[in-house]
Amino acid sequence: MATVNFRDATRVYPGADHPSVDKLNLEIGDGEFMVLVGPSGCGKSTSLRMLAGLEEINAGSIYIGDRDVTDLPPKDRDIAMVFQNYALYPHMTVGDNMGFALKMAGVPKTERQQRVQEAAHLLGLEDFLNRKPKALSGGQRQRVAMGRAIVRSPQVFLMDEPLSNLDAKLRVSTRTQIAALQTRLGVTTVYVTHDQVEAMTMGDRVAVMKLGILQQCDSPLTLYDRPNNLFVAGFIGSPAMNLMEGSVVEGGVRIGDYTVPVSRETLAKAGNEKSLVVGIRPEAFDLSETGEGIGVDVAVVEELGADSFIYGTLAGVADDEKLTAQQVVGRISGRTAPQRGASIRLVTDPSKVHVFSKTTEERISA
Amino acid sequence: MPRFLSVKPDTRLITLPWSTPLAEWPTDLLVALPRGISRHVVRFVKVGREVYAVKEVIEHLARHEFSLLRDLQRLDTPSVEGVGVVVGRLDADGEPLDPVLVTRHLQFSLPYRSLFTRGVRQDTVNRLVDAMVVLIARLHLIGFLWGDVSLSNTLFRRDAGAFAAYLVDAETGELHERLTDGQREHDLQIARTNLFGEFLDLEAGGLLDEALDPQVLVESIESRYRELWGELTEVEEFSDSEMHRIDSRVRRLNALGFDVAELDITTDFAGSTIRIQPKVVDPGHHQRRLLRLTGLDTEENQARRLLNDLDYFRAMTDQQGADESIVAHQWLTERFEPVVGSVPPELRGKLEPAEVYHQVLEHRWFLGEQAGRAIPLMEAAQGYVHDVLGSLPDEQIALSSMASMGPLANPYDPSQGYDDDEESAPYDPWEDDEAAADDDAAPSGFLDIAALRAKAGKG
Repeated sequence: MATVNFRDATRVYPGADHPSVDKLNLEIGDGEFMVLVGPSGCGKSTSLRMLAGLEEINAGSIYIGDRDVTDLPPKDRDIAMVFQNYALYPHMTVGDNMGFALKMAGVPKTERQQRVQEAAHLLGLEDFLNRKPKALSGGQRQRVAMGRAIVRSPQVFLMDEPLSNLDAKLRVSTRTQIAALQTRLGVTTVYVTHDQVEAMTMGDRVAVMKLGILQQCDSPLTLYDRPNNLFVAGFIGSPAMNLMEGSVVEGGVRIGDYTVPVSRETLAKAGNEKSLVVGIRPEAFDLSETGEGIGVDVAVVEELGADSFIYGTLAGVADDEKLTAQQVVGRISGRTAPQRGASIRLVTDPSKVHVFSKTTEERISA
Repeated sequence: MPRFLSVKPDTRLITLPWSTPLAEWPTDLLVALPRGISRHVVRFVKVGREVYAVKEVIEHLARHEFSLLRDLQRLDTPSVEGVGVVVGRLDADGEPLDPVLVTRHLQFSLPYRSLFTRGVRQDTVNRLVDAMVVLIARLHLIGFLWGDVSLSNTLFRRDAGAFAAYLVDAETGELHERLTDGQREHDLQIARTNLFGEFLDLEAGGLLDEALDPQVLVESIESRYRELWGELTEVEEFSDSEMHRIDSRVRRLNALGFDVAELDITTDFAGSTIRIQPKVVDPGHHQRRLLRLTGLDTEENQARRLLNDLDYFRAMTDQQGADESIVAHQWLTERFEPVVGSVPPELRGKLEPAEVYHQVLEHRWFLGEQAGRAIPLMEAAQGYVHDVLGSLPDEQIALSSMASMGPLANPYDPSQGYDDDEESAPYDPWEDDEAAADDDAAPSGFLDIAALRAKAGKG
């Protein structure tokens, strides 16, 4: 068990014009499940490799527990890395498939067997230990792969996109299993993914990165409810938050012919900015009953259970520009769903409006 | 309707039964070639005289791998050729099936499982390890992070007594401008684990010679890779009295099969210390020279061997002063072509022409030692065809010679292991939970924020 600390950890690749990871400060608690997420090139995999000891650190330091591991070789860091690819070897038993890395590390046979036994118990695979893997299902194969990391009983698990090559169904069930296992084992885990849904459903906390810089690290709900900046607001959530630019007017921000109400305090923080970006989550919208609200021309209505997703464009966009115009997405109760082609107005509770500066892209609403 | 994404489509592929899951394809379409193990369903399909490898895989990976394989071809890196991706497959009930990636089967290639049979010589294993190391280094030189280095993802071709390795699976690959040390270490770490597992698996199946130790094999791959990488990229510093070291570095790289396209040479202020570092090295030094002189496209060691014979021919015919390309043409028509032409058509699928020529040279040496006299080349060729070639396995499409390993549970899929009559699988409560949870599982791309709030509320 251990905490992990990145302190101003920086990685600059030779010849690069900006750091791949720029002064990363991240404290990961003992037993915490931390997910690093961001688009390709954001530095998440580099950060993981820095922690693993594969990537040199140019400035700053990394601690595991109270040990400075910045200059330690990978094998002395007491970590286990789980990769996206795994092969099950057909001639070896399930037990040997789980324990072979221990053999490579020179762990004596009796200890290997004991650790494999424990991991198998945890994974519900005890009855399979002496069998060959040929008849295992996709889910069972995933569990054997997890077993390989568990038997190493490391202080920290590092997982690099372990689910990216699974089909959708197996991905959903495996992510639940990994999260549940991690809770039971209580081993500090750093998990890298490009998939924000995976990040949000698995992590205790999620660190969002972009271009080598940590944008925000918070619980999934805080990231969702209070994104620090435009990038996080747009990246987290699926369907994404509606981000609309409008001019500052008395009492709010003007979108089309409607003024989205914004508090006086928030508007005061905008300083001299003439226009601001308003963010509204799709489910924060309601159909207006008064004729007031953001005008939207509905292009597509998608029923999903009790709710409907409405996809459209802001009212007033010419027909030939609709395909390229910014999309507005609303999620509203199914019973009142409008028809395709309808012109509607959407309103929202002022407390659910996020406001961002257009120049700094930072959040200015409370 | 399935959609084909391809550069040079083979129209015969279009009529294959795409609406059937690959695992259920009729066996008259399939060929049981030996191959490595894989997580996906993979089958070899015979269409006319071509053999294709077909792999079922999720869509973004199929597209990703297809485009990477094309990049690797463009960069002249030894890899299989991507033929196309088939998406939009539906089964008879209209349910979607995974897309497939189609690659061309590499002719004359041998998967490691058919090479590591019992009694394989230590020497052969070393050569395989060397081929693997060269492949990894070549990929790293062009900025390719493999992400899944393993024997199963590699094919080998004979190369004048050695082997040339080809990349077969690029699913996890990433192409970068250049690789960082950490990315290379990442590949090495994966290589260590995967190769160790694969050697243990061969051992468990009784296929690895008892004299070979998986631990030692894995360590040698790592140390040889580091040696080669050092030679290819490291800075060398010496005093101005040792200028010959520039030349020796270039010669050493040539001997390893690399051309130096750009060498960075710097001196200190006083000019007394010289630093050199290869900046651009291209593999295929001998290959390119042979291709330029004769038009023959071979593996690197085959080229080296053929060039040696060309030099010998030149000395023998006393043409040291003549234009090299004219002598090369003579050599081609008077030596190479007659030897290769002496192989009857029914034996041409045994080995590649350049490999045949190399083996005839070996055979001639062997006969000469026995007879105590020089043997004419054509006599050696006839002897080789008569005594050796006929008894070799057909390697154009290396058919399974793995009877010693017991019957495969499925001859088309070695990943399923061997037919050992296990009783039915034990009960697995986890699978029960999963089946029950199936119905209300949310689609994976959708963020269920209400569920998250409920979970947070409970916690």
